[in-house]
Amino acid sequence: MSTAVREAAVAYDVARIRRDFPILATEVYGKPLVYLDNAASAQKPLAVIDAERDVYEKCYANIHRGVHWLSVHATDAYDAAREKTRRFMNAREAHEILFLRGTTEAVNLVAQTYGRAHVGAGDEILITGLEHHSNIVPWQMLCEEKGARLSVVPLDETGDIDLDVLERMLTPRTKLVSVAHLSNALGTILPVKRIAALAHARGIPVLVDGAQAIPRMPVDVQDLDCDFYAFSSHKIYGPTGVGVLYGKTALLEAMPPWQGGGDMIRSVTFEKTTFNALPYKFEAGTPNIAGGIAFGAALDYVSAIGLDRIAAHEHDLLAYATGKVSAIDGLTIIGTAREKAGVLSFVLDGVHPHDIGTVLDREGIAIRTGHHCAQPVMDRYGLPATARASFGLYNTRGEVDALVAAIHKVIGMFR
Amino acid sequence: MSSDLRDLYQEVILDHSKKPRNFHAMPDPDRKAEGYNPLCGDRETVFLDLEGEVLKDVSFQGAGCAISTASASMMTESVKGKTRAEADALFERFHDLITGKPEAAGSPDLGKLTVFSGVREYPVRVKCATLPWHTLKAALDGEGAPVSTESEGPAAESGGA
Repeated sequence: MSTAVREAAVAYDVARIRRDFPILATEVYGKPLVYLDNAASAQKPLAVIDAERDVYEKCYANIHRGVHWLSVHATDAYDAAREKTRRFMNAREAHEILFLRGTTEAVNLVAQTYGRAHVGAGDEILITGLEHHSNIVPWQMLCEEKGARLSVVPLDETGDIDLDVLERMLTPRTKLVSVAHLSNALGTILPVKRIAALAHARGIPVLVDGAQAIPRMPVDVQDLDCDFYAFSSHKIYGPTGVGVLYGKTALLEAMPPWQGGGDMIRSVTFEKTTFNALPYKFEAGTPNIAGGIAFGAALDYVSAIGLDRIAAHEHDLLAYATGKVSAIDGLTIIGTAREKAGVLSFVLDGVHPHDIGTVLDREGIAIRTGHHCAQPVMDRYGLPATARASFGLYNTRGEVDALVAAIHKVIGMFR
Repeated sequence: MSSDLRDLYQEVILDHSKKPRNFHAMPDPDRKAEGYNPLCGDRETVFLDLEGEVLKDVSFQGAGCAISTASASMMTESVKGKTRAEADALFERFHDLITGKPEAAGSPDLGKLTVFSGVREYPVRVKCATLPWHTLKAALDGEGAPVSTESEGPAAESGGA
């Protein structure tokens, strides 16, 4: 190991990392931008921005079609991104990686293919009380169509679930379990490996919504042994409009295709169409080619830093921030599960989150206020909304201090 | 507080948000309507007593941000004793004020409501200020269904996480 590599392995050089993200130099109302809305979407490093521009400048053409030089090169780059994704999440085969538009499309794909084929009247789909709307509504639509039932594992006061309760809710009618790896509204980490083991003991497949977990912790789908894993590129510092559905080969093989069109077929006559092999069976139409290639660059970028080191950095920030804001009079943290990552939701006595958001914005601090597309979570706590700070690999303790100072400013104004 | 934030959160607004006036339910209102802002989860119910065309009494209840609470509070004070037509005209002028539109000829005097002029610099907060007015309108029109601010402009929170 060279000295430089050894040093990099020791020190987490956040100042250097920040220089990779041009947008972080932005000033907002004359103040340095403090971007704490990473759970909504993460900013992009130069490596990603350059990769996308490079595609259009140097090797853009449609993929899987042309015999010409450009098409071959674009196809190679796109396939390379799929292989990077396979390696990143330790899937067995690259064809188990479907490139889609995002987590939402991935969940809908499973609902509309696996779900429609396997869920019938009186059957059950099991989710938890902390799910994002994108892991609720597709199942409600399926249940509505099939006369099936959506079962919801309740949240305790800390925003966690009880595995014994979950286990008891697995019934002979349960056809699928679909759970978040990490809650976007509360920061709770769910023990998805143990959930998968409990479900598999009853022959029930498990989908994991990894939208928030994928940029915040190492994910190994073989170790988790989940059947599906869904996430979005834009949350892991890649472009919007690109997402991944991992699925085990046997399940994907057996599933009917979803959208019909080009690229997903082997041969078409007016009498009969035969479908293409995995992953193309589920990838009808021209995909987001440049976005997919740049997404590969984002995976390279975070891999070079190391997900375990990113996780440790964000853990430090969350612990530091939790300690600091807990000391603020009248502030309540929403979501206090034992295992948490990246997300700090809170409310302030006598101040609406929307007003907190506006005042913080004028301090250059970007947080999210609202229901975070998780209205059932808000209902669980009897709140219309919370304020949420969420961390990324480039945030600093100094930014947490700025957040805390701005919250004191809010209190000074409204109390 | 920075000066531009003070333009939004003027003293009068902060005062009404902390101590809202006419903040109670009516046991037997002639009309009532519920308003909902899905952006921030604000819910407000407006209660009305009518005497012919005149808004004899107006009150509200609910939970909202400082802007929507103050707007509701000051609205109840401004429209009490006015006719429906006068209340409609006031809302129109108020809407123009907070969206930065010029005053139309023959507009009514907004009186204290002009303190909301700072809202025009905060487009995402326009819906907070108009929520109670939309709700009042729904109550006057006798619409049963709750009104949502999402009839105004693009949905502010439809996706993301």
